[in-house]
Amino acid sequence: MRHGILNKKSWIAKVRQDRYLLLLVLPCVLYYLIFKYGPLFGIVIAFKDFNLHRGIWESPWVGLKWFSQFMNSRDFWPVLKNTFALGFMKLLFGFPAPIILALLINEVRHVFFKRFVQTVSYLPHFISNVIAAGIMTMFLSPRNGIINDLISLLGFDRVNFLVEESWFRTIYTSSEIWQHLGWSTIIYLAALSTIDVQQYEAARLDGANRWQTTWNITLPGIAPTVLIILILDIGKVLEIGFEKVYLLATPAVYSKADIISTYVYRVGLSEGNFSYASAIDLFTGLISIIFIISANWASRKINGNSLW
Amino acid sequence: MNKKASWFDYMNVLILTLVVVACLYPFIYMTAVSMSGSGPITQGKVWLYPVDFNLDMYRYVFEDGRILTGYKNTLIYVTLGTACSLLVTVLGAYPLSKKQMIFQKPIMLMIVLTMFINGGMIPTFLVVRGLGLLDSIWAMVLPGLISTWNLIIMRTFFLSIPKELEESGKVDGLSEVGILFRIVLPVSKAVIATVGLFYAVGIWNGFMAPMLYLRSDDLYPLQLFLRNIVLSSEMTGSGAPIQGNIVVVEIAMKYAAIIVSTLPILCVYPFLQKYFVNGVMIGSVKG
Repeated sequence: MRHGILNKKSWIAKVRQDRYLLLLVLPCVLYYLIFKYGPLFGIVIAFKDFNLHRGIWESPWVGLKWFSQFMNSRDFWPVLKNTFALGFMKLLFGFPAPIILALLINEVRHVFFKRFVQTVSYLPHFISNVIAAGIMTMFLSPRNGIINDLISLLGFDRVNFLVEESWFRTIYTSSEIWQHLGWSTIIYLAALSTIDVQQYEAARLDGANRWQTTWNITLPGIAPTVLIILILDIGKVLEIGFEKVYLLATPAVYSKADIISTYVYRVGLSEGNFSYASAIDLFTGLISIIFIISANWASRKINGNSLW
Repeated sequence: MNKKASWFDYMNVLILTLVVVACLYPFIYMTAVSMSGSGPITQGKVWLYPVDFNLDMYRYVFEDGRILTGYKNTLIYVTLGTACSLLVTVLGAYPLSKKQMIFQKPIMLMIVLTMFINGGMIPTFLVVRGLGLLDSIWAMVLPGLISTWNLIIMRTFFLSIPKELEESGKVDGLSEVGILFRIVLPVSKAVIATVGLFYAVGIWNGFMAPMLYLRSDDLYPLQLFLRNIVLSSEMTGSGAPIQGNIVVVEIAMKYAAIIVSTLPILCVYPFLQKYFVNGVMIGSVKG
Protein backbone atom coordinates (compact mmCIF):
# COMPACT_ATOMS: atom_id res chain seq x y z
CA MET A 1 0.00 0.00 0.00
CA ARG A 2 1.41 3.32 -1.03
CA HIS A 3 -1.01 5.66 0.59
CA GLY A 4 -0.72 6.59 4.22
CA ILE A 5 1.01 9.64 5.49
CA LEU A 6 2.83 11.45 2.72
CA ASN A 7 5.94 12.97 4.13
CA LYS A 8 6.65 16.58 3.41
CA LYS A 9 9.27 15.90 0.79
CA SER A 10 7.15 13.70 -1.45
CA TRP A 11 4.31 16.19 -1.07
CA ILE A 12 6.47 18.96 -2.48
CA ALA A 13 7.77 16.65 -5.17
CA LYS A 14 4.19 15.85 -6.19
CA VAL A 15 3.29 19.54 -6.42
CA ARG A 16 6.41 20.16 -8.48
CA GLN A 17 5.56 17.27 -10.77
CA ASP A 18 1.98 18.52 -11.32
CA ARG A 19 2.92 22.20 -11.45
CA TYR A 20 1.66 22.83 -14.97
CA LEU A 21 -1.67 21.16 -14.30
CA LEU A 22 -2.01 23.14 -11.08
CA LEU A 23 -1.25 26.32 -12.96
CA LEU A 24 -3.99 25.53 -15.48
CA VAL A 25 -6.58 24.93 -12.80
CA LEU A 26 -5.57 28.06 -10.87
CA PRO A 27 -7.95 30.58 -12.55
CA CYS A 28 -10.81 28.19 -11.91
CA VAL A 29 -9.89 27.78 -8.23
CA LEU A 30 -9.52 31.54 -7.87
CA TYR A 31 -12.95 32.05 -9.37
CA TYR A 32 -14.54 29.70 -6.85
CA LEU A 33 -12.64 31.22 -3.93
CA ILE A 34 -13.54 34.80 -4.85
CA PHE A 35 -17.06 34.57 -6.22
CA LYS A 36 -18.42 31.47 -4.45
CA TYR A 37 -16.55 31.27 -1.15
CA GLY A 38 -16.00 35.01 -0.77
CA PRO A 39 -19.76 35.64 -0.40
CA LEU A 40 -19.92 32.87 2.22
CA PHE A 41 -17.81 35.04 4.51
CA GLY A 42 -20.12 37.93 3.71
CA ILE A 43 -22.90 35.99 5.40
CA VAL A 44 -21.63 37.32 8.74
CA ILE A 45 -23.44 40.54 7.92
CA ALA A 46 -26.64 38.64 8.72
CA PHE A 47 -25.48 38.78 12.34
CA LYS A 48 -24.26 42.36 12.17
CA ASP A 49 -25.74 45.79 11.72
CA PHE A 50 -24.05 46.25 8.39
CA ASN A 51 -23.23 49.70 7.19
CA LEU A 52 -21.73 50.19 3.73
CA HIS A 53 -19.36 52.89 4.92
CA ARG A 54 -18.05 51.08 7.96
CA GLY A 55 -17.52 47.84 6.09
CA ILE A 56 -18.14 44.27 7.17
CA TRP A 57 -15.61 44.06 10.00
CA GLU A 58 -16.29 47.42 11.60
CA SER A 59 -20.05 46.99 11.76
CA PRO A 60 -21.37 46.01 15.20
CA TRP A 61 -22.65 42.52 16.04
CA VAL A 62 -26.36 42.21 16.65
CA GLY A 63 -26.72 38.44 17.01
CA LEU A 64 -30.02 37.04 15.77
CA LYS A 65 -31.78 40.40 15.66
CA TRP A 66 -32.52 40.24 11.90
CA PHE A 67 -33.76 36.67 12.06
CA SER A 68 -36.22 37.46 14.81
CA GLN A 69 -37.23 40.66 13.06
CA PHE A 70 -38.00 38.66 9.90
CA MET A 71 -39.92 35.98 11.78
CA ASN A 72 -41.95 38.57 13.64
CA SER A 73 -42.65 40.74 10.63
CA ARG A 74 -45.97 40.92 8.84
CA ASP A 75 -44.30 39.75 5.66
CA PHE A 76 -42.95 36.52 7.11
CA TRP A 77 -45.92 34.19 6.61
CA PRO A 78 -47.19 35.52 3.28
CA VAL A 79 -43.70 35.46 1.75
CA LEU A 80 -42.91 32.00 3.08
CA LYS A 81 -46.32 30.69 2.05
CA ASN A 82 -46.00 32.09 -1.48
CA THR A 83 -42.54 30.62 -1.89
CA PHE A 84 -43.62 27.18 -0.72
CA ALA A 85 -46.84 27.30 -2.72
CA LEU A 86 -45.08 28.20 -5.97
CA GLY A 87 -42.31 25.71 -5.30
CA PHE A 88 -44.66 22.84 -4.57
CA MET A 89 -46.94 23.63 -7.47
CA LYS A 90 -43.95 23.60 -9.76
CA LEU A 91 -42.83 20.29 -8.26
CA LEU A 92 -46.29 18.74 -8.37
CA PHE A 93 -47.00 19.56 -12.01
CA GLY A 94 -43.58 20.31 -13.42
CA PHE A 95 -41.90 17.13 -12.22
CA PRO A 96 -44.16 14.44 -13.74
CA ALA A 97 -44.83 16.35 -16.98
CA PRO A 98 -41.47 15.62 -18.69
CA ILE A 99 -41.63 11.97 -17.62
CA ILE A 100 -45.02 11.59 -19.26
CA LEU A 101 -43.83 13.41 -22.37
CA ALA A 102 -40.72 11.23 -22.58
CA LEU A 103 -42.86 8.07 -22.30
CA LEU A 104 -45.17 9.34 -25.05
CA ILE A 105 -42.29 10.30 -27.34
CA ASN A 106 -40.74 6.92 -26.69
CA GLU A 107 -43.87 5.18 -27.99
CA VAL A 108 -43.71 6.97 -31.35
CA ARG A 109 -42.49 4.67 -34.09
CA HIS A 110 -42.24 7.27 -36.80
CA VAL A 111 -38.64 8.51 -36.50
CA PHE A 112 -39.14 11.80 -38.29
CA PHE A 113 -42.16 12.78 -36.20
CA LYS A 114 -40.27 11.83 -33.05
CA ARG A 115 -37.33 14.09 -33.96
CA PHE A 116 -39.65 16.90 -34.92
CA VAL A 117 -41.52 16.80 -31.60
CA GLN A 118 -38.25 16.80 -29.68
CA THR A 119 -36.66 19.65 -31.62
CA VAL A 120 -39.70 21.86 -31.34
CA SER A 121 -40.25 21.15 -27.65
CA TYR A 122 -36.73 22.35 -26.74
CA LEU A 123 -37.39 25.69 -28.36
CA PRO A 124 -38.99 27.62 -25.47
CA HIS A 125 -36.07 26.65 -23.22
CA PHE A 126 -33.83 28.97 -25.20
CA ILE A 127 -35.83 32.15 -24.84
CA SER A 128 -35.15 34.54 -21.99
CA ASN A 129 -37.35 35.03 -18.96
CA VAL A 130 -38.02 38.58 -20.08
CA ILE A 131 -39.46 37.28 -23.30
CA ALA A 132 -41.34 34.42 -21.63
CA ALA A 133 -42.91 36.87 -19.20
CA GLY A 134 -43.59 39.25 -22.08
CA ILE A 135 -45.34 36.54 -24.08
CA MET A 136 -47.45 35.54 -21.09
CA THR A 137 -48.40 39.14 -20.36
CA MET A 138 -49.35 39.95 -23.92
CA PHE A 139 -51.14 36.71 -24.70
CA LEU A 140 -53.20 37.01 -21.52
CA SER A 141 -53.95 40.69 -21.94
CA PRO A 142 -57.68 41.36 -21.54
CA ARG A 143 -57.73 43.88 -24.40
CA ASN A 144 -56.13 42.09 -27.29
CA GLY A 145 -54.40 39.01 -25.92
CA ILE A 146 -54.88 35.96 -28.10
CA ILE A 147 -56.02 33.81 -25.16
CA ASN A 148 -58.76 36.26 -24.30
CA ASP A 149 -59.68 36.58 -27.98
CA LEU A 150 -60.12 32.83 -27.98
CA ILE A 151 -62.14 32.88 -24.77
CA SER A 152 -64.50 35.51 -26.12
CA LEU A 153 -64.71 33.68 -29.45
CA LEU A 154 -65.98 30.66 -27.53
CA GLY A 155 -68.61 32.88 -25.95
CA PHE A 156 -67.16 33.38 -22.46
CA ASP A 157 -66.25 36.58 -20.66
CA ARG A 158 -62.74 37.94 -20.96
CA VAL A 159 -60.62 37.31 -17.86
CA ASN A 160 -58.18 39.86 -16.56
CA PHE A 161 -55.62 37.19 -15.66
CA LEU A 162 -52.80 39.53 -14.75
CA VAL A 163 -54.52 41.51 -12.04
CA GLU A 164 -56.44 38.68 -10.43
CA GLU A 165 -54.21 37.23 -7.77
CA SER A 166 -55.93 33.86 -7.84
CA TRP A 167 -54.44 33.34 -11.31
CA PHE A 168 -50.83 34.14 -10.50
CA ARG A 169 -49.71 30.68 -9.39
CA THR A 170 -51.37 28.99 -12.34
CA ILE A 171 -49.79 31.44 -14.76
CA TYR A 172 -46.34 31.07 -13.24
CA THR A 173 -46.47 27.28 -13.08
CA SER A 174 -47.77 26.83 -16.61
CA SER A 175 -45.21 29.20 -18.05
CA GLU A 176 -42.44 27.26 -16.28
CA ILE A 177 -43.76 23.99 -17.65
CA TRP A 178 -44.15 25.46 -21.13
CA GLN A 179 -40.56 26.70 -21.09
CA HIS A 180 -38.77 23.66 -19.69
CA LEU A 181 -40.95 20.66 -20.49
CA GLY A 182 -39.14 19.55 -23.64
CA TRP A 183 -35.70 20.24 -22.29
CA SER A 184 -36.28 18.15 -19.16
CA THR A 185 -37.29 15.15 -21.27
CA ILE A 186 -33.73 14.79 -22.61
CA ILE A 187 -32.49 13.01 -19.50
CA TYR A 188 -35.48 10.66 -19.34
CA LEU A 189 -35.20 9.83 -23.04
CA ALA A 190 -31.54 9.02 -22.44
CA ALA A 191 -32.52 6.75 -19.57
CA LEU A 192 -35.20 5.11 -21.74
CA SER A 193 -32.71 4.39 -24.49
CA THR A 194 -30.56 2.31 -22.13
CA ILE A 195 -33.33 -0.19 -21.41
CA ASP A 196 -32.59 -3.53 -23.03
CA VAL A 197 -34.90 -4.10 -26.01
CA GLN A 198 -34.83 -7.86 -25.45
CA GLN A 199 -36.84 -7.41 -22.28
CA TYR A 200 -39.70 -6.00 -24.35
CA GLU A 201 -39.51 -8.82 -26.86
CA ALA A 202 -39.53 -11.41 -24.11
CA ALA A 203 -42.48 -9.74 -22.42
CA ARG A 204 -44.39 -9.52 -25.69
CA LEU A 205 -43.86 -13.23 -26.30
CA ASP A 206 -45.38 -13.82 -22.90
CA GLY A 207 -48.40 -11.87 -24.09
CA ALA A 208 -47.82 -8.58 -22.27
CA ASN A 209 -49.60 -5.57 -23.72
CA ARG A 210 -48.35 -2.01 -23.92
CA TRP A 211 -49.54 -0.96 -20.49
CA GLN A 212 -48.02 -4.01 -18.91
CA THR A 213 -44.62 -3.52 -20.54
CA THR A 214 -44.66 0.16 -19.61
CA TRP A 215 -45.58 -0.62 -16.03
CA ASN A 216 -43.21 -3.57 -15.54
CA ILE A 217 -40.22 -2.74 -17.72
CA THR A 218 -40.12 0.92 -18.74
CA LEU A 219 -40.96 2.53 -15.41
CA PRO A 220 -38.62 0.36 -13.31
CA GLY A 221 -35.96 1.02 -15.97
CA ILE A 222 -36.04 4.77 -15.53
CA ALA A 223 -36.79 4.74 -11.80
CA PRO A 224 -33.20 5.53 -10.66
CA THR A 225 -33.07 8.59 -12.94
CA VAL A 226 -36.52 9.70 -11.82
CA LEU A 227 -35.48 9.49 -8.17
CA ILE A 228 -32.26 11.44 -8.59
CA ILE A 229 -34.07 14.22 -10.45
CA LEU A 230 -36.79 14.19 -7.80
CA ILE A 231 -34.24 14.64 -5.01
CA LEU A 232 -32.62 17.52 -6.86
CA ASP A 233 -36.00 19.13 -7.53
CA ILE A 234 -37.08 18.83 -3.92
CA GLY A 235 -33.85 20.53 -2.90
CA LYS A 236 -34.76 23.35 -5.26
CA VAL A 237 -38.33 23.88 -4.01
CA LEU A 238 -37.38 27.15 -2.34
CA GLU A 239 -35.11 28.30 -5.14
CA ILE A 240 -37.86 29.59 -7.36
CA GLY A 241 -36.35 31.58 -10.16
CA PHE A 242 -36.15 35.22 -9.21
CA GLU A 243 -36.32 36.54 -12.76
CA LYS A 244 -39.62 35.05 -13.86
CA VAL A 245 -41.54 35.92 -10.70
CA TYR A 246 -40.06 39.41 -10.60
CA LEU A 247 -41.01 40.01 -14.23
CA LEU A 248 -44.49 38.48 -14.10
CA ALA A 249 -45.61 40.12 -10.88
CA THR A 250 -47.67 43.29 -11.06
CA PRO A 251 -48.46 45.36 -7.97
CA ALA A 252 -52.01 43.98 -8.08
CA VAL A 253 -50.86 40.43 -7.37
CA TYR A 254 -48.05 41.06 -4.87
CA SER A 255 -50.00 39.33 -2.13
CA LYS A 256 -49.53 36.05 -4.01
CA ALA A 257 -46.36 36.83 -5.94
CA ASP A 258 -43.99 38.14 -3.31
CA ILE A 259 -41.53 35.30 -2.72
CA ILE A 260 -38.36 35.13 -0.68
CA SER A 261 -35.97 36.11 -3.48
CA THR A 262 -38.01 39.06 -4.69
CA TYR A 263 -38.49 40.13 -1.07
CA VAL A 264 -34.72 39.90 -0.47
CA TYR A 265 -34.12 42.00 -3.55
CA ARG A 266 -36.64 44.60 -2.48
CA VAL A 267 -35.61 45.04 1.13
CA GLY A 268 -31.94 44.37 0.46
CA LEU A 269 -30.91 46.15 -2.69
CA SER A 270 -33.75 48.57 -3.29
CA GLU A 271 -34.15 49.68 0.31
CA GLY A 272 -30.53 49.17 1.28
CA ASN A 273 -31.22 46.90 4.24
CA PHE A 274 -28.33 44.53 3.51
CA SER A 275 -28.14 42.71 6.84
CA TYR A 276 -31.84 41.97 7.05
CA ALA A 277 -31.88 40.61 3.48
CA SER A 278 -28.82 38.42 4.08
CA ALA A 279 -30.42 36.95 7.17
CA ILE A 280 -33.48 35.97 5.11
CA ASP A 281 -31.27 34.47 2.43
CA LEU A 282 -29.37 32.44 4.98
CA PHE A 283 -32.59 31.30 6.58
CA THR A 284 -33.88 29.95 3.23
CA GLY A 285 -30.55 28.40 2.38
CA LEU A 286 -30.68 26.39 5.59
CA ILE A 287 -34.23 25.19 4.87
CA SER A 288 -33.14 24.15 1.37
CA ILE A 289 -30.26 22.13 2.74
CA ILE A 290 -32.57 20.43 5.22
CA PHE A 291 -34.92 19.64 2.33
CA ILE A 292 -32.29 18.06 0.13
CA ILE A 293 -30.75 16.06 2.98
CA SER A 294 -34.16 14.69 4.00
CA ALA A 295 -35.09 13.85 0.42
CA ASN A 296 -31.80 12.06 -0.05
CA TRP A 297 -32.22 10.19 3.21
CA ALA A 298 -35.79 9.18 2.38
CA SER A 299 -34.81 7.95 -1.05
CA ARG A 300 -31.96 5.85 0.33
CA LYS A 301 -34.30 4.31 2.90
CA ILE A 302 -36.94 3.51 0.33
CA ASN A 303 -34.85 1.90 -2.36
CA GLY A 304 -31.18 2.57 -1.96
CA ASN A 305 -30.84 5.29 -4.60
CA SER A 306 -29.32 8.52 -3.45
CA LEU A 307 -27.15 11.41 -4.50
CA TRP A 308 -24.44 10.56 -2.00
CA MET B 1 -44.69 -7.67 -35.16
CA ASN B 2 -47.95 -5.90 -34.76
CA LYS B 3 -47.79 -2.87 -37.06
CA LYS B 4 -51.39 -1.83 -36.89
CA ALA B 5 -51.93 1.55 -35.30
CA SER B 6 -54.09 1.33 -32.20
CA TRP B 7 -56.27 4.02 -30.67
CA PHE B 8 -53.35 4.68 -28.33
CA ASP B 9 -51.16 5.66 -31.30
CA TYR B 10 -53.74 8.12 -32.53
CA MET B 11 -54.13 9.66 -29.08
CA ASN B 12 -50.39 9.83 -28.69
CA VAL B 13 -49.88 11.61 -32.00
CA LEU B 14 -52.70 13.97 -31.07
CA ILE B 15 -51.18 14.83 -27.67
CA LEU B 16 -47.70 15.29 -29.11
CA THR B 17 -49.10 17.47 -31.87
CA LEU B 18 -50.68 19.65 -29.19
CA VAL B 19 -47.28 19.94 -27.49
CA VAL B 20 -45.72 20.97 -30.80
CA VAL B 21 -48.44 23.57 -31.37
CA ALA B 22 -48.00 24.96 -27.85
CA CYS B 23 -44.25 25.35 -28.35
CA LEU B 24 -44.28 26.61 -31.92
CA TYR B 25 -47.48 28.58 -32.36
CA PRO B 26 -46.63 31.56 -30.10
CA PHE B 27 -43.63 32.31 -32.31
CA ILE B 28 -45.62 31.94 -35.51
CA TYR B 29 -48.37 34.15 -34.13
CA MET B 30 -45.97 36.86 -32.97
CA THR B 31 -44.18 36.88 -36.31
CA ALA B 32 -47.49 37.12 -38.13
CA VAL B 33 -48.78 40.01 -36.01
CA SER B 34 -45.48 41.90 -36.15
CA MET B 35 -45.60 41.84 -39.96
CA SER B 36 -49.27 42.71 -40.39
CA GLY B 37 -50.99 46.01 -40.99
CA SER B 38 -52.85 47.65 -38.11
CA GLY B 39 -56.25 47.20 -39.78
CA PRO B 40 -56.27 43.40 -39.85
CA ILE B 41 -54.78 43.25 -36.34
CA THR B 42 -57.60 45.38 -34.89
CA GLN B 43 -60.20 43.23 -36.57
CA GLY B 44 -58.55 40.14 -35.13
CA LYS B 45 -57.86 38.68 -38.55
CA VAL B 46 -54.27 37.66 -37.92
CA TRP B 47 -53.88 34.11 -36.68
CA LEU B 48 -51.29 32.26 -38.70
CA TYR B 49 -49.70 34.41 -41.37
CA PRO B 50 -49.19 38.15 -41.91
CA VAL B 51 -52.18 39.97 -43.38
CA ASP B 52 -51.43 43.22 -45.18
CA PHE B 53 -47.71 42.42 -45.06
CA ASN B 54 -45.34 45.19 -44.04
CA LEU B 55 -42.10 45.56 -42.13
CA ASP B 56 -42.82 48.97 -40.60
CA MET B 57 -42.68 47.64 -37.05
CA TYR B 58 -39.19 46.35 -37.60
CA ARG B 59 -38.17 49.76 -38.89
CA TYR B 60 -39.59 51.38 -35.74
CA VAL B 61 -37.79 48.86 -33.54
CA PHE B 62 -34.46 49.63 -35.12
CA GLU B 63 -35.07 53.36 -35.17
CA ASP B 64 -35.56 53.13 -31.42
CA GLY B 65 -31.92 53.51 -30.39
CA ARG B 66 -32.39 51.33 -27.31
CA ILE B 67 -32.60 48.08 -29.26
CA LEU B 68 -29.44 48.86 -31.20
CA THR B 69 -27.50 49.85 -28.07
CA GLY B 70 -28.75 46.74 -26.34
CA TYR B 71 -27.83 44.57 -29.30
CA LYS B 72 -24.34 46.03 -29.41
CA ASN B 73 -23.77 45.59 -25.67
CA THR B 74 -25.20 42.09 -25.63
CA LEU B 75 -22.95 41.08 -28.52
CA ILE B 76 -19.91 42.40 -26.63
CA TYR B 77 -20.89 40.57 -23.44
CA VAL B 78 -21.69 37.35 -25.26
CA THR B 79 -18.45 37.32 -27.25
CA LEU B 80 -16.15 38.36 -24.42
CA GLY B 81 -18.00 36.37 -21.77
CA THR B 82 -18.24 33.15 -23.76
CA ALA B 83 -14.56 33.34 -24.74
CA CYS B 84 -13.38 33.92 -21.16
CA SER B 85 -15.77 31.35 -19.69
CA LEU B 86 -14.84 28.67 -22.22
CA LEU B 87 -11.12 29.24 -21.72
CA VAL B 88 -11.24 29.05 -17.92
CA THR B 89 -13.63 26.09 -18.01
CA VAL B 90 -11.39 24.13 -20.39
CA LEU B 91 -8.26 24.98 -18.43
CA GLY B 92 -9.95 23.97 -15.19
CA ALA B 93 -11.73 20.84 -16.41
CA TYR B 94 -8.62 19.27 -17.94
CA PRO B 95 -6.49 19.02 -14.77
CA LEU B 96 -9.57 17.99 -12.81
CA SER B 97 -10.02 15.03 -15.14
CA LYS B 98 -6.58 13.77 -14.02
CA LYS B 99 -7.45 11.69 -11.01
CA GLN B 100 -3.82 11.21 -10.05
CA MET B 101 -3.16 14.95 -9.81
CA ILE B 102 -2.39 16.25 -6.33
CA PHE B 103 -5.27 18.22 -4.76
CA GLN B 104 -7.65 16.95 -7.46
CA LYS B 105 -10.11 15.54 -4.91
CA PRO B 106 -10.22 18.57 -2.57
CA ILE B 107 -10.63 20.96 -5.51
CA MET B 108 -13.49 18.87 -6.94
CA LEU B 109 -15.15 18.77 -3.53
CA MET B 110 -14.76 22.52 -3.17
CA ILE B 111 -16.44 23.03 -6.54
CA VAL B 112 -19.31 20.58 -6.08
CA LEU B 113 -20.11 21.98 -2.62
CA THR B 114 -20.97 25.35 -4.16
CA MET B 115 -23.93 23.68 -5.86
CA PHE B 116 -25.52 23.26 -2.44
CA ILE B 117 -24.33 26.22 -0.45
CA ASN B 118 -23.97 29.79 -1.57
CA GLY B 119 -23.74 33.20 -0.02
CA GLY B 120 -26.93 34.54 -1.54
CA MET B 121 -27.76 37.67 -3.47
CA ILE B 122 -26.54 40.36 -1.07
CA PRO B 123 -23.13 38.94 -0.05
CA THR B 124 -22.39 38.18 -3.73
CA PHE B 125 -23.39 41.72 -4.63
CA LEU B 126 -21.03 43.03 -1.93
CA VAL B 127 -18.13 40.99 -3.33
CA VAL B 128 -18.77 42.28 -6.85
CA ARG B 129 -19.05 45.79 -5.47
CA GLY B 130 -15.94 45.37 -3.33
CA LEU B 131 -13.92 44.38 -6.38
CA GLY B 132 -15.01 47.58 -8.09
CA LEU B 133 -16.78 45.69 -10.88
CA LEU B 134 -20.12 47.47 -10.56
CA ASP B 135 -21.25 49.23 -13.70
CA SER B 136 -18.47 47.85 -15.88
CA ILE B 137 -18.24 45.32 -18.70
CA TRP B 138 -16.47 42.92 -16.35
CA ALA B 139 -19.52 42.73 -14.12
CA MET B 140 -21.10 40.84 -17.03
CA VAL B 141 -18.15 38.47 -17.40
CA LEU B 142 -16.50 37.68 -14.07
CA PRO B 143 -19.27 36.94 -11.53
CA GLY B 144 -20.70 34.26 -13.81
CA LEU B 145 -17.41 33.17 -15.32
CA ILE B 146 -17.86 29.47 -14.59
CA SER B 147 -21.02 27.44 -14.39
CA THR B 148 -20.36 24.37 -12.26
CA TRP B 149 -22.72 22.35 -14.42
CA ASN B 150 -20.73 23.20 -17.57
CA LEU B 151 -17.45 22.47 -15.82
CA ILE B 152 -18.72 19.02 -14.85
CA ILE B 153 -19.92 18.31 -18.41
CA MET B 154 -16.49 19.28 -19.75
CA ARG B 155 -14.62 17.26 -17.16
CA THR B 156 -16.75 14.16 -17.72
CA PHE B 157 -16.04 14.43 -21.42
CA PHE B 158 -12.30 14.70 -20.85
CA LEU B 159 -12.48 11.65 -18.58
CA SER B 160 -13.94 9.65 -21.44
CA ILE B 161 -11.02 10.36 -23.79
CA PRO B 162 -8.89 7.20 -24.09
CA LYS B 163 -5.69 7.39 -22.03
CA GLU B 164 -3.66 5.92 -24.92
CA LEU B 165 -4.27 9.06 -26.97
CA GLU B 166 -2.71 11.27 -24.34
CA GLU B 167 0.12 8.87 -23.70
CA SER B 168 1.07 8.93 -27.36
CA GLY B 169 1.50 12.68 -26.96
CA LYS B 170 3.71 12.18 -23.94
CA VAL B 171 5.88 9.74 -25.90
CA ASP B 172 6.29 12.44 -28.56
CA GLY B 173 7.60 14.74 -25.85
CA LEU B 174 4.60 17.07 -25.45
CA SER B 175 4.08 18.84 -22.14
CA GLU B 176 0.72 18.70 -20.34
CA VAL B 177 -0.24 22.00 -21.91
CA GLY B 178 0.82 20.68 -25.32
CA ILE B 179 -1.30 17.57 -24.85
CA LEU B 180 -4.32 19.68 -23.93
CA PHE B 181 -4.06 21.96 -26.95
CA ARG B 182 -2.71 19.55 -29.59
CA ILE B 183 -4.50 16.33 -28.69
CA VAL B 184 -7.39 16.79 -26.28
CA LEU B 185 -9.01 19.94 -27.66
CA PRO B 186 -9.13 18.79 -31.31
CA VAL B 187 -11.16 15.72 -30.32
CA SER B 188 -13.42 17.76 -28.02
CA LYS B 189 -15.02 20.06 -30.57
CA ALA B 190 -18.53 18.76 -29.84
CA VAL B 191 -18.40 19.38 -26.12
CA ILE B 192 -16.77 22.79 -26.62
CA ALA B 193 -19.59 23.77 -28.99
CA THR B 194 -22.17 22.59 -26.45
CA VAL B 195 -20.69 24.32 -23.44
CA GLY B 196 -20.02 27.42 -25.52
CA LEU B 197 -23.67 27.50 -26.58
CA PHE B 198 -24.81 27.13 -22.97
CA TYR B 199 -22.62 30.02 -21.89
CA ALA B 200 -23.62 32.19 -24.85
CA VAL B 201 -27.36 31.58 -24.36
CA GLY B 202 -26.99 32.21 -20.64
CA ILE B 203 -25.33 35.58 -21.20
CA TRP B 204 -27.66 36.52 -24.06
CA ASN B 205 -30.74 35.81 -21.94
CA GLY B 206 -29.40 36.98 -18.58
CA PHE B 207 -31.56 39.55 -16.82
CA MET B 208 -30.76 39.39 -13.13
CA ALA B 209 -26.99 39.99 -13.34
CA PRO B 210 -27.23 43.17 -15.45
CA MET B 211 -30.10 44.40 -13.30
CA LEU B 212 -28.05 43.97 -10.16
CA TYR B 213 -24.65 45.06 -11.42
CA LEU B 214 -25.22 47.69 -14.12
CA ARG B 215 -26.30 51.26 -13.52
CA SER B 216 -25.86 53.24 -16.70
CA ASP B 217 -28.12 52.91 -19.75
CA ASP B 218 -25.30 52.83 -22.23
CA LEU B 219 -24.06 49.55 -20.73
CA TYR B 220 -27.49 47.90 -20.67
CA PRO B 221 -27.85 44.65 -22.58
CA LEU B 222 -30.80 43.84 -24.81
CA GLN B 223 -32.81 42.12 -22.07
CA LEU B 224 -33.00 45.21 -19.85
CA PHE B 225 -34.24 47.39 -22.70
CA LEU B 226 -36.54 44.63 -23.80
CA ARG B 227 -38.10 44.57 -20.37
CA ASN B 228 -38.83 48.28 -20.60
CA ILE B 229 -40.26 47.94 -24.08
CA VAL B 230 -42.22 44.74 -23.66
CA LEU B 231 -43.34 44.71 -20.05
CA SER B 232 -43.41 48.06 -18.38
CA SER B 233 -45.70 50.03 -20.64
CA GLU B 234 -48.28 47.27 -20.70
CA MET B 235 -51.22 48.70 -18.79
CA THR B 236 -52.73 45.82 -16.92
CA GLY B 237 -54.96 47.73 -14.53
CA SER B 238 -58.46 48.80 -15.34
CA GLY B 239 -57.22 49.64 -18.82
CA ALA B 240 -57.43 53.30 -19.70
CA PRO B 241 -59.40 53.82 -22.88
CA ILE B 242 -56.73 53.96 -25.52
CA GLN B 243 -57.43 54.49 -29.21
CA GLY B 244 -57.65 51.12 -30.89
CA ASN B 245 -54.95 51.73 -33.44
CA ILE B 246 -52.29 52.94 -31.05
CA VAL B 247 -52.68 49.93 -28.81
CA VAL B 248 -52.45 47.63 -31.76
CA VAL B 249 -49.36 49.27 -33.14
CA GLU B 250 -47.84 49.03 -29.67
CA ILE B 251 -48.49 45.30 -29.48
CA ALA B 252 -47.15 44.66 -32.97
CA MET B 253 -44.03 46.60 -32.11
CA LYS B 254 -43.54 44.59 -28.95
CA TYR B 255 -43.81 41.38 -30.91
CA ALA B 256 -41.32 42.72 -33.43
CA ALA B 257 -38.90 43.54 -30.59
CA ILE B 258 -39.30 40.01 -29.23
CA ILE B 259 -38.69 38.43 -32.61
CA VAL B 260 -35.66 40.60 -33.29
CA SER B 261 -34.04 39.72 -29.99
CA THR B 262 -34.79 36.02 -30.12
CA LEU B 263 -33.98 35.38 -33.76
CA PRO B 264 -30.24 34.79 -33.34
CA ILE B 265 -30.83 32.03 -30.79
CA LEU B 266 -33.65 30.46 -32.77
CA CYS B 267 -31.41 30.39 -35.84
CA VAL B 268 -28.43 28.83 -34.13
CA TYR B 269 -30.00 26.19 -31.99
CA PRO B 270 -31.30 23.64 -34.50
CA PHE B 271 -27.77 23.26 -35.84
CA LEU B 272 -26.26 22.65 -32.43
CA GLN B 273 -29.08 20.48 -31.20
CA LYS B 274 -27.41 17.11 -31.65
CA TYR B 275 -24.41 18.38 -29.68
CA PHE B 276 -26.25 19.81 -26.73
CA VAL B 277 -28.45 16.78 -26.31
CA ASN B 278 -25.22 14.81 -25.87
CA GLY B 279 -23.91 17.47 -23.53
CA VAL B 280 -26.89 17.19 -21.23
CA MET B 281 -26.57 13.42 -21.21
CA ILE B 282 -22.87 13.57 -20.38
CA GLY B 283 -23.69 15.98 -17.57
CA SER B 284 -26.36 13.70 -16.20
CA VAL B 285 -24.01 10.72 -15.90
CA LYS B 286 -22.40 12.29 -12.88
CA GLY B 287 -18.64 11.76 -12.71
